[in-house]
Amino acid sequence: MDTHNNTHPGRIAARFRELRARNEAALIPFIVAGDPSLRRTRELVLELEARGADLIELGVPFSDPMADGPANQRAAARGLAAGATLPAILAMVSELRRATQVPLILFGYYNPIFHYGCDRLCADAARAGIDGLLVVDLPPEEAAELARPAAHNGLDIIYLLAPTTPLERARRIARSASGFLYYVSVTGVTGARARLSADLAGNVEQLRTVTKLPIGVGFGISTPAQAGQVAAFADAVVVGSALSLLIEADYNENDLVATAGEFVAALKDAIRAARPAAPGATA
Amino acid sequence: MQKLPDSRGRFGQFGGRYVAETLMPALFELETAYQQARRDPKFRADLKRYSAEYVGRPTPLYFCANLTAKLGGAKIYLKREDLCHTGAHKVNNTLGQALLAVRMGKTRVTAETGAGQHGVATATMAALFRRQCEIFMGSVDVERQALNVFRMKLLGATVTPVDSGSKSLKDALNEALRDWIATVRDTYYLIGTAAGPHPYPMIVRDLQSVIGRETRRQIIARENRLPDVIVACVNGGSNAIGIFHPFIRDAGVRLVGVEAAGLGLSGPLHAATIAAGSVGVLHGNRTYLLQDEMGQIRETHSIAAGLDYPGVGPEHAWLKDTGRAEYAAVTDAEALDALKALCETEGIIPALESSHAVAHAIKLAPTLPRERIMVVNLSGRGDKDMQTVATAFGVTL
Ligand SMILES: Cc1ncc(COP(=O)(O)O)c(C=O)c1O
Repeated sequence: MDTHNNTHPGRIAARFRELRARNEAALIPFIVAGDPSLRRTRELVLELEARGADLIELGVPFSDPMADGPANQRAAARGLAAGATLPAILAMVSELRRATQVPLILFGYYNPIFHYGCDRLCADAARAGIDGLLVVDLPPEEAAELARPAAHNGLDIIYLLAPTTPLERARRIARSASGFLYYVSVTGVTGARARLSADLAGNVEQLRTVTKLPIGVGFGISTPAQAGQVAAFADAVVVGSALSLLIEADYNENDLVATAGEFVAALKDAIRAARPAAPGATA
Repeated sequence: MQKLPDSRGRFGQFGGRYVAETLMPALFELETAYQQARRDPKFRADLKRYSAEYVGRPTPLYFCANLTAKLGGAKIYLKREDLCHTGAHKVNNTLGQALLAVRMGKTRVTAETGAGQHGVATATMAALFRRQCEIFMGSVDVERQALNVFRMKLLGATVTPVDSGSKSLKDALNEALRDWIATVRDTYYLIGTAAGPHPYPMIVRDLQSVIGRETRRQIIARENRLPDVIVACVNGGSNAIGIFHPFIRDAGVRLVGVEAAGLGLSGPLHAATIAAGSVGVLHGNRTYLLQDEMGQIRETHSIAAGLDYPGVGPEHAWLKDTGRAEYAAVTDAEALDALKALCETEGIIPALESSHAVAHAIKLAPTLPRERIMVVNLSGRGDKDMQTVATAFGVTL
């Protein structure tokens, strides 16, 4: 049905390798599946990829998003209302895989996955064409029952590191991680911030001492200027709440997909401009 | 018998630490601080002194002669947690955790609250120990527990209404966790029940176990033996685990938890998690939850705001699965009848939450022989519920 296979390294590692060769940071937009509808999500994925998204995080809506600020909470509520259940999301992803090979990561909370069944979810997600899983409330200490079937099915588990994570702990987490590490840029929940934290670059540099995996940075990044700043030192920039807000503002309009695409293009331009192109590389 | 929770915070398959990475180091810090504190004579002495002089412990164990005679079955005793300062058992937990917060140098204390009893108990401790205090409360509960909202404000706390989701206790908990993710360095999150991520279920249980230890001493002094049945209402399960825990090894003592059946278990409007739930992960622990077939958390209902939560503490899930405790459910209407019955027979106005335990005791007592002994944990007093009760009885205040 598609070209996905169950052997590492998968699409995520391959994408980071290509980008590294071009000296370019990845742009990872986050959108909640089903916001405002699964049909729109499919169109959004294709448009965001066309406009410069390198990987895409698909939010799996949950009734109790404990690590999300108001913008993503409302996006999750819209996704739930639109019927974006795990089976419906995976069906949409299967369809998407006929049209795109962009790496796709499911981003969500543990209970819907636990309820679906870790083994079954990993098998079904891999078959549908998902590349990685990021489960916000599943720290490595609790992740074994998901990590085992994930590895078996060639899915990366993306772990979060936070400003509160001690370096020794980061080292241990990095050892069990694959794909990339996700550094949470703020001590706080998701949501746009006016300013990036001052020690962000230093913190990411410090993490380089404990891992060779690519390091993505997210939570709070909402403008092209901020994306550019982060791209100077991180391997990937994740932008979520800002997109949720754009989608919300455009909720009843038909140009939602184009609007989101333009925003993503502006983010990617800023990210490209942040570093000199590798000699001989073509963007 | 193995000591639980284990080092991973598990009671069998239940419990654990299912939280965002930002909070993990704080949970380890809390666990270490608590393990040190519980062994520290100074901490233990402070806890004991404030329990006696400030909270009013030990609380009486009262024999209900009238109710017992009326029902004609087992002897009914009430453990009078309603006589604690602030009006409920919640203060046993907030006192201990507030002392821990002071020890850890945390300048701000936060909590979620449903009925407002835990919010009041937290605000009280914040006033006593001069901490900043913010209480998160679902906007539906802000309305139905207006008196407690006023008490919290009077005590100097900020009360933040939570408008997301079902606007009640689970959403207040979500918001308290979100706040903690952003403020974890200087804030002590003071959870109000024996749930949440490890080590909270253990800490809350240990602090509430004073109820069961006293009950044990008191019933032996009075009856020269252990009780046959202990009944307590269960939401997250702190008052129940507090009175159950010192009796867990006494196989002859029946432990009965009572959940809120709301408008009845045949419909969706209840909060009987153990009776009608399935295993899942919410608010940091694996436990029984009320959820739909996709793992989305269901909205709940109980006339008692303090029982209106779709989860239950992990130790209760474990006690249920091992068969050591049994769990029943009582409807809004039965709880109201029990509240009235206790007022009329004993002159005691129980909280709506505690009325659930009383209602089950009223059902159970007549089925047992007269020489049997039953202890009901009267977790709180009903003053806070007068508006709700009046409305239910069709009275305008
Ligand atoms: C008086 C009273 N009893 C019982 C409860 C239920 O909590 P738990 O199950 O933790 O004892 C509450 C909660 O607010 C309460 O106020």
